[in-house]
Amino acid sequence: MSVDLATTFCGIALEHPVINASGTFDAIAARRAFGEALVQSFPFSAFVSKTITPEPRAGNPPPRLWETPAGMINSIGLPNKGLAGFLEHDLPQLAELPVPLVVSVMATSAEEFSQLVSGVTERDEVAAVELNVSCPNVHSGLIVGEQPVETARLLEALRPLTAKPLIVKLTPNVAEPAAVAVAAEGAGADAVSLINTLKASAVDPATLEPSLGAGRGGLSGPAIRAVALEQVRVVSDAVAIPVVGMGGVTSGVDALDFIAAGASLVAVGTENFRDPAAGTRVLSELCERLAAARPSPADLNLNLRYR
Amino acid sequence: MAEGSDGRVLAPFGRRRCEVAGNRESGGYRIFSLLDESGPAPRAGQFYMLATERGWGEGGGRPFLPRAFSVAAAGEAGGALRLDFLVEGVGPGTRRLCGLEPGEGVWVNGPLGRPFSAPADLAPAAAGAILIGGGIGIAPLAILRRELASGAIPSRVLLGFRDRQHSGGVEELFDCSEVRLASEDGHSGHRGYVTDLLGVMLEGDDVGSAVVFACGPPAMLEAVRLMCRGAGVACELAMESGMACGYGACFGCAVPLTGGGYMRLCVDGPTVAGEEIETALVEGSGHR
Repeated sequence: MSVDLATTFCGIALEHPVINASGTFDAIAARRAFGEALVQSFPFSAFVSKTITPEPRAGNPPPRLWETPAGMINSIGLPNKGLAGFLEHDLPQLAELPVPLVVSVMATSAEEFSQLVSGVTERDEVAAVELNVSCPNVHSGLIVGEQPVETARLLEALRPLTAKPLIVKLTPNVAEPAAVAVAAEGAGADAVSLINTLKASAVDPATLEPSLGAGRGGLSGPAIRAVALEQVRVVSDAVAIPVVGMGGVTSGVDALDFIAAGASLVAVGTENFRDPAAGTRVLSELCERLAAARPSPADLNLNLRYR
Repeated sequence: MAEGSDGRVLAPFGRRRCEVAGNRESGGYRIFSLLDESGPAPRAGQFYMLATERGWGEGGGRPFLPRAFSVAAAGEAGGALRLDFLVEGVGPGTRRLCGLEPGEGVWVNGPLGRPFSAPADLAPAAAGAILIGGGIGIAPLAILRRELASGAIPSRVLLGFRDRQHSGGVEELFDCSEVRLASEDGHSGHRGYVTDLLGVMLEGDDVGSAVVFACGPPAMLEAVRLMCRGAGVACELAMESGMACGYGACFGCAVPLTGGGYMRLCVDGPTVAGEEIETALVEGSGHR
């Protein structure tokens, strides 16, 4: 690597700024498919788990996917083993990964969120928690992340529970994402990550009915990149805490765009589906871009933003 | 060759570029061949995620996601592994693959998923297998037939097609003398469903020593599943579903389980035991 991209994010030392978006990479399943090569060539500098909820969830009925121009709509519905199942079955396997672990959690009340945050942060294997307040697939997940006041209340309830970093995953389905980010920062969030998927629908051409089992879903992929870039910009300008930028990143060029917009870390999401080693490729392309950048990374003031 | 606990061959990590070695017409379908320089030989029932190097997601269009294809044949070719796939152009991805030109690149991720089980693992007394395929779904049965033959396990092959336009691959992928055909328009073999042929076979005296392997459209698979259940014969289905990743990341390929909940077809299938699933008629599944 010609450019040293080692960085510190909320006190966590990371080898580079490329991580995965929650719900777009299952390291346990990937290890079944690719074996130890996955661990030896792990494509991210930190691993963000799929969202867990207090109780197990089966997920939405199929169809769960719909391809769109330059993207896809998903209505997966957060299938997961629940907190107890995660701690017992998944956490020991995720702890074998060579990178820090961020656990994504979602609940429908501050009490349940507290249970999740306490349950995962008391484990040494967990470096940080991402609060999913924005998943558009689950009706109850919307409310908190759409309202600055609700977001602040949630953070005020959770902040005393742990010293570990709390990252708030912002929903893009609001008029002013910066207002929610500022509220999260004011109530003690250590970082924000954005964007989650955009609410989306698809129609089955044969039936003219909604094509997804849950009726609607969330759009991801390059189709949302320009929207994501704008939201990362306005949020980065509004808060002093680090920003994890994501939305349609497929290349080092895209990653640099997000860094230039103010992101400290860049997450790869849908592109993982097209190439399980996409994170590795995005990083090497990012290094190439930075090595060749005119003006230089220092001139661009990038270091101030991600060191 | 690295192997998982269930006999699956592990895929190299990350997609790799394979060159197109050929692409020929076969009835209403096409068979294209890729030269895999570095991947391991797959087991029957495993699949690959495929996307062309050019003309796939460029300029913001469709196709965008890779497409899942069961491998139909695999064999050594000039120091590389030749992988054959059967395709019918029904959407933007499959139409692009139908137009593959020799020498162009295809992004490949695989082999993925759980292979077909050994007959004895499905039923201890099994001495042979009945392979029943419909339409484009005949592909994984071709490699399975060869795998069984190399293990000296006898198999009988039943293949069905809708009509002449929706058929192909039989001569190229199967030894015709062993195959019994059905077609809904009567253009070849029995006029009717391939499951008619299975029904006769399941009434035979020796059916207790057989297991059934099936791949085809959801309605055919569900019929096979119910017929086998009625006859007390173990069956394994190779199913199809839209999937974004093929390796357990997207959770899109959900198939309802008998006991409630869902399996991910890509990592827990695509081969599933008949009794494992609630139904093969999954909304949005099948060849699209």
